[in-house]
Amino acid sequence: MSDRLTIGFLPLVDACLPILAREHGFAEAEGLDLTFIRDVSWATVLDRLLYGHSDAAHLVAPLAIATTLGRGRPAQPLAAPFVLGLNGNAITFASALAAKLVEPGAMGDPVVAGERLRIEAQAALARGQRLRLGVVHRYSSHNYKLRYWLAASGIRPDEDVEITTVAPPFVADALATGEIDGACVGEPWNSVCVERGVGQIVLATAQIWRRGVEKVLALREPVLADKRAPVEKLIRAMRQAGAHFVDPANWEANAAILARAHYLDGDAGLILRSISDRLVLAHGHAPVHYADFMFQHSEAANFPWVSQAQWLYSQMVRWDQLAFDAADAARAARVFRPDVYRSALAGTGDPLPGASSKVEGSVTQLTQVTTQQGSITLSPNAFFDGRSFDPADIRGYLAALP
Amino acid sequence: MRIAIVDESASRASIIEEGLGVLADCEIFTVTDRRGLMARMAEIAPDVVLIDLGNPSRDVLEEYFAVSRALAKPIAMFVDQSDDATIGASIDAGVSVYVVDGLAANRIQSIVDLAVRRFNAFARLQAELAAAQGKLAERDNIDRAKRILMDSKKIGEPEAYAELRRKAMQSSKRIADIAEAVVTAHELLGGE
Repeated sequence: MSDRLTIGFLPLVDACLPILAREHGFAEAEGLDLTFIRDVSWATVLDRLLYGHSDAAHLVAPLAIATTLGRGRPAQPLAAPFVLGLNGNAITFASALAAKLVEPGAMGDPVVAGERLRIEAQAALARGQRLRLGVVHRYSSHNYKLRYWLAASGIRPDEDVEITTVAPPFVADALATGEIDGACVGEPWNSVCVERGVGQIVLATAQIWRRGVEKVLALREPVLADKRAPVEKLIRAMRQAGAHFVDPANWEANAAILARAHYLDGDAGLILRSISDRLVLAHGHAPVHYADFMFQHSEAANFPWVSQAQWLYSQMVRWDQLAFDAADAARAARVFRPDVYRSALAGTGDPLPGASSKVEGSVTQLTQVTTQQGSITLSPNAFFDGRSFDPADIRGYLAALP
Repeated sequence: MRIAIVDESASRASIIEEGLGVLADCEIFTVTDRRGLMARMAEIAPDVVLIDLGNPSRDVLEEYFAVSRALAKPIAMFVDQSDDATIGASIDAGVSVYVVDGLAANRIQSIVDLAVRRFNAFARLQAELAAAQGKLAERDNIDRAKRILMDSKKIGEPEAYAELRRKAMQSSKRIADIAEAVVTAHELLGGE
């Protein structure tokens, strides 16, 4: 009899790996039967996970840590044995403001666009207004990457502008009505703004942190212990789905699958843009190729580096205005579970890093890393401001940030 | 006590509002527009907020609670103070509940019970409606299939129906399924 797992997700392109693991039979070949529950808010995805409607969930990584630490809800330890992808989000501004930040139709430079935005934010303040920027959730990588960029550009996220939560399907509307001036959101929602002519994509989050952690597969810790075997099957099936996903020969077919009514219920043409790293940045312009806009597979992209969880914790401390707490930092670090990832893939030939942690943002050229099996060459993974994050000194890192 | 019902479906909101009407000394506000949700919450200053699980604005609402917790009066999630069975029932019914910290547990319980019952009643109504619509569509298919058979085989209506029924019994399927197959095949072969 085959094992069964139910997975909660939000209709976003980066829910692709578990969906494709099912659709292409990789899960079935492992003896795993997958069912899906689609929701429209992270709060509901999380509720279903906590109360057992789902076994695992497609979740914004910081929310897995916040839940473990009891921020906003009673604490429940979650485990993330698999990173569903790196980056894949973009920052879109209302067209008039975007025109002041970048050449229409071209990807911005984070330093230049940041400086111009600082001037616009100051001008708005002088008029007695604050620019309003939308993010999808308080505990999202969108929020943290947007804030990272703003702060490094000399814009104080909580004073000089206002950051507000907007559900992804409403971002285009909110831009159109002037409710917000810009937003950091996942695909296909930036492309929807562009198609509707209400906004222009100015930056990819990959420009802020070249290899920034995005969604994870999250489970309650006791569920992971209970269902360890099926979870390891799922990890193997998702690695195969990832290899299929990044092969250009499969892009169109995969976009069509994701577009189906019970998955993203969206436009396959728009979904294809992020899958192929070819985005139309402003309405009517030619697509622009931006390599690794989404990064779902190579270089062990799905490996849950403990240092990624620790970086997210550092940002939670930074923006929730809490003091650094060594015990919390340790609990946050334990959310990412490289041990489970390794045990699932041992013997498959899939490359496995030898270390569980690294100095994030420190790779500036192609670098061969030590592995337990296979070989991995990491590409540059820099933060746009040139800082790096050493998980051994979170306090020092926080003290040095603007 | 001030109760806010946040629901994009105005009909469901009114069914819940009506259900909560039996509670003594409760003022009930319904919010169906997602625009200006935070401002409405600030105006209403509710003690209890009911929102359906399928509402995309839940994350916006939780953000508001997180911020107002930092700024003004504390608002706690219902899950802080209730048992798993009640939470399970409300999630199964599709409603989530937020309450001001310190509200008496028995009062919360009665509100949640009522809300859950109303949500379930609404879901039942919708299922019945969908079933009724499905029946109508089936009837329509059977009529069209009969007409196709009557035209192509030059037979009368009773014979056409008997044909459908015979085929259904032979293949142990429902007449409606056979009719649908006939209609689909007819369309594929270039019919109407």
